[in-house]
Amino acid sequence: MLKYTKDHEWLRLDGDGVATVGITSYAQEHLGDLVFVELPSTGTKLSKGAIAATVESVKAASEVYAPVGGEVLSVNDKLTTEPGLVNAEPTGDGWLFKMKIADGAELDTLLDEQTYKSLTTAHDGH
Amino acid sequence: MPGPQVATELSRTPLHGLHVRLGARMVSFAGYDMPVQYPSGIIKEHLHTRAAAGLFDVSHMGQIALRPRSGRIEDAARALEMLIPGDILGLAMGRQRYTLFTNAAGGVLDDLMVSNQGDHLMMVVNAARKAADEAHLRLHLSDSCLVEPLVDRALVALQGPMAEAVFAAFAPDLRAMTFMDVKTITLLGEACIVSRSGYTGEDGFEISVPARVAEAFCEVLLRNPAVAPIGLGARDSLRLEAGFCLYGSDLDETTTPVEAGLDWTIPKARRTGGERASGFAGAEAVLGQLATGAARRRVGLRPEGRAPMRRGALLFRAANATTPVGIVTSGGFGPSLDAPISMGYVSRDAGVLNTQLFAEVRGKRLPLTVSKLPFMPTHYKSLRSPQKGANAC
Repeated sequence: MLKYTKDHEWLRLDGDGVATVGITSYAQEHLGDLVFVELPSTGTKLSKGAIAATVESVKAASEVYAPVGGEVLSVNDKLTTEPGLVNAEPTGDGWLFKMKIADGAELDTLLDEQTYKSLTTAHDGH
Repeated sequence: MPGPQVATELSRTPLHGLHVRLGARMVSFAGYDMPVQYPSGIIKEHLHTRAAAGLFDVSHMGQIALRPRSGRIEDAARALEMLIPGDILGLAMGRQRYTLFTNAAGGVLDDLMVSNQGDHLMMVVNAARKAADEAHLRLHLSDSCLVEPLVDRALVALQGPMAEAVFAAFAPDLRAMTFMDVKTITLLGEACIVSRSGYTGEDGFEISVPARVAEAFCEVLLRNPAVAPIGLGARDSLRLEAGFCLYGSDLDETTTPVEAGLDWTIPKARRTGGERASGFAGAEAVLGQLATGAARRRVGLRPEGRAPMRRGALLFRAANATTPVGIVTSGGFGPSLDAPISMGYVSRDAGVLNTQLFAEVRGKRLPLTVSKLPFMPTHYKSLRSPQKGANAC
C-alpha cells in the first residue's frame, strides 16, 4: 500500500525499515514528458522534506522531496537512459530511489490514498 | 484578511473552444488562456511537426496594419524605417521580412514580421508586446500613417514537411509560394492572408483567418491524418532547435541586434555608408557595434551530459571560475536531437565556436560547448539560393 505526500511523492514500505520512493501519476501527468532525472547518491542522508531528486520535463525542472528522513540505499539507474519510465509507470518501474527510514514515527505524517486523491481532485477543481 | 480581488481574466483566442474539446492543457501565456500541450504530449507533438504537419494557434500574437495617409506604400515604408534597422522600402509587394523595433540605446523593443500588402504594410508582433508596439507606432508614425490593429482575426500556423501538401488541397496556387512570400487567398469564402513562414525551422504557412471561420478552417485541416494540433510547449522546443529567439528571453530592451546575432537583418542600405544609413532609433549604438563588434554575443550551447541547462544558469570559463562570462537565456530539451540544448549570451572571447564552458546547475558546474545555430537544419521552400535567414530569430 502506498503512502503519499501533499507534494506528490509516494512511498512504499518494503519491510526492514526500507522504503521505495517515487512521484505520483498525478505529478508525472502534470509535468509532462520527462527528459532527465537527477537522482541522489547512495549513502546520502536526507531529512524529511529535503530535496532528494530533480525531475525535468521538456519545459521545466521540478524538485522531489524526501517523504521521510533516512539514508539513500539505491537509486533507479534505468532512469538515466529512460526517464520516460516515470511517465509510463510512475509507481512501478519508474520508482526513483530506496531509502532506510531513520524514524518510523515520520510515516504517520504521510497521507493515505484516499486523502491524497481528494487533495488532487481539489487541485483540479481550480 | 482577504487580499484585493484582482481580476486576472485571461483573454481567449477564437480557437479556445477547439483546444478545450481537443483535450488541451491550458495555461496562462501573455494574458491568454493557451494550450501548452494536447493529450499526446510535447515530445510527440514536436516530432510530429518535424515528420508531418503541426497546426498551431498563434492568434494571441498581434496583427497590425500600417496604412499610409498619402495612399503611397513607400510613405509607410519610409516611416517604419525610422523605428527599425531593416529595409522596408526595398520590400517588394507580396514579400515579408523579419525585423526589430529598436529603442534609443539600440535595445530591442520587439521582433516582428513585416509584409508588403500592396497598399499597406502588415506586421505580426509578439503577444506580450502588442499593446506597447501599437502605442509606439502611434506615437511616432501617426502623422504619416494609420495604425490599425486587426481584431477579430485568428492566426494559425501549419508547419512541417507535409504542410504544403495538406494546405494546397484548398488552394493549389500556394505551391508556387516560396519562403517569406505573402498572398491573400479566399478560404471558406473569406479573405485570408497567407505567408510562407513560421517559427519551427520547417517549411510551412502562417494564415490570418477571420475569427468567425477560424474553427471551421482548423477542423477541416485536422481531418487530414497528417495534421495534429501542437501546443506552446512544442512550439518552444521547435523554435529552440531552429535557433530562433524568444522575445522576453533571448531578446529584450537590454540586448542589441548585433549582440543577438541578428546583424543579417540590417541591410547594407541602413549601415554606415549606405543610402539610408542610420535614421532609426538607436542607430548610433547599433552601427557602432557593427563596426567594432559587440562585447557579448548570443550563441548556441550544447550540454555535454543529459541535464538541461535552463534560462538563468550562469556560464563560466572553468569549473572553479568565480566570475561568470555569460548566462543562459533559453534552454531545455530538443526532442529531434534527443539532447538538451540552450542558447545564451557570452563575452566575445568565450563565445568562440567549440569553446568549452561550464553552467551552474543546482550548485554543480556542468560542461557545455559553444555550438552553431541552428541546432537543426532548416527546411524552407526556396527557389532562390539558400536562405540567409536560416539562423533567423
